[in-house]
Amino acid sequence: MRTSYARNSSMNGASAPPEGQEKQQAEPSGPASGSTAFAPVRKPGDYASDCDVRWCPGCGDYAVLSQVKKVLSAANADPDKIVFVSGIGCSSRFPYYMGTYGIHGIHGRALAIATGLKLTRPDLSVWVATGDGDALSIGGNHLIHAVRRNVDLKVILFNNRIYGLTKGQASPTSQMGQVTASTPYGVVEPPFRPLSVVLGCEATFVARAVDMIPKHLETVLERAAAHKGTAFVEVYQNCKIFNDGAFDFATDRAKRDDNVLFLEHGKPMIFGKNRNKAIRLGRNLKPEIVKIGQDGVAEADILIHDEKAPSPVLAFLLSHLHYPEFPDPVGVFRDVEAPTFDSLVDRQIQDVCARKGKPDLQSLLTGPDAWTVG
Amino acid sequence: MTQDRFPKPIETLDDVAIRFAGDSGDGMQLVGSLFTSASALMGNDLATLPDYPAEIRAPAGTLAGVSGFQIHFASSDIYTPGDIVQALVALNPAALKINLPDLEKKGIIIAASDAFTEVNLKLAQCDSNPLEDGSLSEYTVYALPITQMTRQAVVPSGLKGKDADRCKNFFALGLVYWLFDREIESTLKWLGEKFATKEQVRLANELALKAGYYYGETAEMMPARYRVEKAKLAPGRYRKVGGNEAVALGMIAAAWQAGKPLFYASYPITPASDILHELSKHKNFGVRTFQAEDEIAAMCAVVGAAFGGSMAATGTSGPGMALKSEGMGLAVMLELPCVIVNVQRGGPSTGLPTKTEQADLDQALFGRHGECPMPVLAPLSPSDCFIAVLEAFQIAVKYMTPVLVLSDGYLANGAEPWAIPNAADLPKIPIAHWTDPQTFQPYARDANLARPWAIPGTAGLAHRIGGLEKDHLTGDVSYDPLNHERMCRLRAEKIDRVVESLPDQIVIGPDSGDLLAVSWGSAYGAVRTAVESARKKGLSVSHVPLRYLNPLPRNLGQILSGFKKVLVAELNLGQLRAHLQSRYLRPMIGLNKIQGRPFIASEALDKIEEVMRA
Repeated sequence: MRTSYARNSSMNGASAPPEGQEKQQAEPSGPASGSTAFAPVRKPGDYASDCDVRWCPGCGDYAVLSQVKKVLSAANADPDKIVFVSGIGCSSRFPYYMGTYGIHGIHGRALAIATGLKLTRPDLSVWVATGDGDALSIGGNHLIHAVRRNVDLKVILFNNRIYGLTKGQASPTSQMGQVTASTPYGVVEPPFRPLSVVLGCEATFVARAVDMIPKHLETVLERAAAHKGTAFVEVYQNCKIFNDGAFDFATDRAKRDDNVLFLEHGKPMIFGKNRNKAIRLGRNLKPEIVKIGQDGVAEADILIHDEKAPSPVLAFLLSHLHYPEFPDPVGVFRDVEAPTFDSLVDRQIQDVCARKGKPDLQSLLTGPDAWTVG
Repeated sequence: MTQDRFPKPIETLDDVAIRFAGDSGDGMQLVGSLFTSASALMGNDLATLPDYPAEIRAPAGTLAGVSGFQIHFASSDIYTPGDIVQALVALNPAALKINLPDLEKKGIIIAASDAFTEVNLKLAQCDSNPLEDGSLSEYTVYALPITQMTRQAVVPSGLKGKDADRCKNFFALGLVYWLFDREIESTLKWLGEKFATKEQVRLANELALKAGYYYGETAEMMPARYRVEKAKLAPGRYRKVGGNEAVALGMIAAAWQAGKPLFYASYPITPASDILHELSKHKNFGVRTFQAEDEIAAMCAVVGAAFGGSMAATGTSGPGMALKSEGMGLAVMLELPCVIVNVQRGGPSTGLPTKTEQADLDQALFGRHGECPMPVLAPLSPSDCFIAVLEAFQIAVKYMTPVLVLSDGYLANGAEPWAIPNAADLPKIPIAHWTDPQTFQPYARDANLARPWAIPGTAGLAHRIGGLEKDHLTGDVSYDPLNHERMCRLRAEKIDRVVESLPDQIVIGPDSGDLLAVSWGSAYGAVRTAVESARKKGLSVSHVPLRYLNPLPRNLGQILSGFKKVLVAELNLGQLRAHLQSRYLRPMIGLNKIQGRPFIASEALDKIEEVMRA
C-alpha cells in the first residue's frame, strides 16, 4: 500500500538515514545485518502497517503482534524481505497488521501457500500465523507435512482452544467437557496436544509460550526466528469473548509459578513459587512431581532439560505434561539441526545442473528420437 | 534389417490401425509405444489410443484386466487412432473377446494359442475356444503358441519360467514388425538403454523380438506382409509427442521464454501424473517440482510461488480440480498468474480414472463459488498441448489471472508426430515486475485491467493481499457494497478482455452452409475426419474446432449465424451446447458420448448424415 509505505518510511526517517540510503545499505547484506555503520535502525513500530488492528479489546493476539515486531526490530530485519502468510480465523488477520509483505490466504492453507513461496524464494523470511482450528482441524494435513519436510518457516500457532471468528464453536484443542456454542452439553472428544502432534512429525524446533508472559514470549520468538527449519511455536492465547480465562492457570501471577514449568536447556526441571518442586522420571518413563529435599530427593534425581537431544522422546514426554496434574512446560522443547526442505530442493537442482550441464531448450524440444522429413 | 531370404509379397496400404491387447501385466502399453516410435521414425503420420484398466494388475486372464494399445499409422494426414482396426494381437482369450468388436471383418488376429487354456477361457467367460469353434471364420487368424515359442527363443539368455514368459510381448511385437514391414533398430536401441545393467533381460527380450520377426519371415502360415509408406509431411524435423509430455515441455518453454524459474506442484492422479514425472526429469532447467501432500496443497503452493514471482503451475484431473477450486478462487481474488491443467477423465467421483471424457467443462467455467471467472483453453491434439500451455502462461502474466487448460485422457496418453518448433521462434513472454514505490497501488490496473505484479523482496513495495474483498486501488480490505460490485465487474471484464489477445476462430470449410459441426478440445480429430468425409459425399458441412472456451472467440457468433444448423460434438451430455445456446440464443443439436472412449469418425459422420436428412 502506498500510504502504508509512506507512513512507514516517515517513521524510519525519524530514527534512520533517508529512504534511498537505507535501501542501499540494507540490500546487499540482507536481514539482520547490524554491522554496517550506516545500517538503518528499525523500531518495532516500523514493522506496523497502517491498517487499524481490529481484534477484540483484551485479545491475546495483541501481545503476539507486539512481541513479533520487537523480535524483528531487534534483528533489524528488512521488512521488504519478510512475508507473513496466514489462513482464516482471528489470528489469521495478522499479516494485515504487519508492514511486511503478506498473504491472507484461505482456511487451513497457510502452510501450503508458505511452502510454495519458500521453495521458490528461499531468500525470503517466511512466517505463518495460524490458529488451532486453522492449523489443526481444516489444515491438519498441511501442518504435519510442512513439519515433516522441515520447510524453513516460522509458524506461530495461536491456541485459544476455541473458534473465535465463527463465534465460539469447539476447536480441536477444546478441552473435554468444555461448553461451547456447538457443544452445549460439553465437548466429548479428546483434544489434540499440538506439540505432541508436531513432535510426532519430528519437528526440529518446538516451543510454547504464553501471551501474558511477554518477556518469555519474546525470547521464544527470537529463538524461533533464529532457527533454520520449521520453527513451531504454540502460544497460549486468551480469547476474551468465547473462552476467557482458559489459561488463567498459567497467567495468574499468584498461581503461575506452580502451574508453569519454564524449560531451560541443560537445567533441572524445577518449578514452584518456592522453587522446591521438580519433575523426576519414575519407572517406565512415568514422570512424577517431587519435592526437593523430601523423601531423599536430591537435585541429581531431577530431569535435566535437553532441547538438543537427537531423539524427540524427552520433548514428547514434556508435551504430555498438563495442568492440573502437572505444570505446563513452556519454553523451547526441542531445537535440533536438520537440512531444510527448501535447501535440499535447491541443492538437488544444483547437483543436476552440474551433472547435466547448461540447459538447452532446443535440444529438449527435439528429444532423442527426432527424424527429418524432406 | 536383414535381407529377406525368402521374400514374400508386400502389399502397400494408405493407413493401418492395429491393436495390441493382453493382460494388464503383459506389457501391451510398452510394445504399443515402441511400435509407435518405430512407425514415427519411419515417417508415418500416426495417432495412438492407449486403453488400460484402472487396476494396475487386475486378476490375470479376466475381462477386467485387459489392457490395449491402438495405433493408427498412415501415409496421409490422419486425425484419429482409427475407428476400427485391421489387425489385433490377443495374448489371451479375454483380450480377444473384449477387442474383437473393433476388428474389421477379414482383419488379422494374432492369438497366443497356448494362452487359450480351459482356465483362461473360463476367466474370459467363453463357453468354447474361439480359436477352434469356428466363430472366427470371418477373420484371418494366426494362432501361435507364443508363450512356448518365446520360452524356446530366450533359452540362450538363461532366463527361465515366468521371467522367460514375460518376454512374450516382444515376440508378438517382432511378429507384428515383420507383418507391417517395420524396422526393429529403434527397439533394439531402447532395450540396450533400458536394460543397460540387466544384460540377461536385455538379451532375452532381443531374442524374443527377433524370434517373432523371423517367425513371420520363415513360417509358411503368413502369406503376405503390408507396408505403409512415409507420410507426406512438410519438410522439417519431427518427433513423437504425447499430450502430457507436450504439457510438460510447454511449461518449461514458457518459463524459459519468460526468463523465470518454473514451479510445478501436483498430487499424483491418473491421468495427469506423467506431467509431474516428465517435469521432475528436467531440474537442470531450474524446474522446481513439488509433490504436495494433497491437491489443495498443490494449488495453494502455486499461489505462494506465483506471489513470489515464479511461473507457477499445477496439473490434475477432475476430482483434483474439485479440491483445488477454493485455491483457484483465491488466485482469482489475489489476481496472481498461474496455470492449472485438468487432464479430464470419466466422472463423476472416481468415475473411470483411466478413460477419457470432456465432462469437466461446466466445472471449469462455473465450478467455483462467487463470481469467479477464469480463462479456459482446450488443446486439440497431443502436440497442441504444447502451444496451449505456452498461450496459457502468456495470458496468465499479461492479465494477472489463473488460466485453466482442459486436456483429457485421450490427449494425455495419445501420441502423434510433432514438427519440432524452433526455440528461437517461440514467443517471448515479457514480465515486468513493479518496482516504483512512489506510484505503487496493489490493485491499480493497466490497459488490460491487470494489476501490478509486485514481488516480495522489492524495496518499498511491502503490501498485503488476501481473499477478503479489497479496495479497487489500494487493495486494503473493503466491505463497501459498491466497491464489491465494482470489483466483481472488474474481474469479469478483465477476463472478457482476454479475447483481444486471442486469434479469430477459424472455420474448416466454407464459412456458411447447411450445417456447422462444433467440437472443442480433443473431439477435433474425429469430427474433422467426419466432416471431411461428409464434404466428399457432397454435404454442406463445415467444422469449428474450439480451442478457447472462455472467453469464446469474438467472431464465433458471426460464424454460427452463417449456418442453418449447428451440431455440437462433445464427450459429455451437452455442456458446451448448453453454454453456446444460452450465449447465442439458438437451438443446437448435440452429438454426445459418455463411454470413456473418444469419438470415432464414423459415429460423427453418421450423426452428420442423420442431421442433414432430418
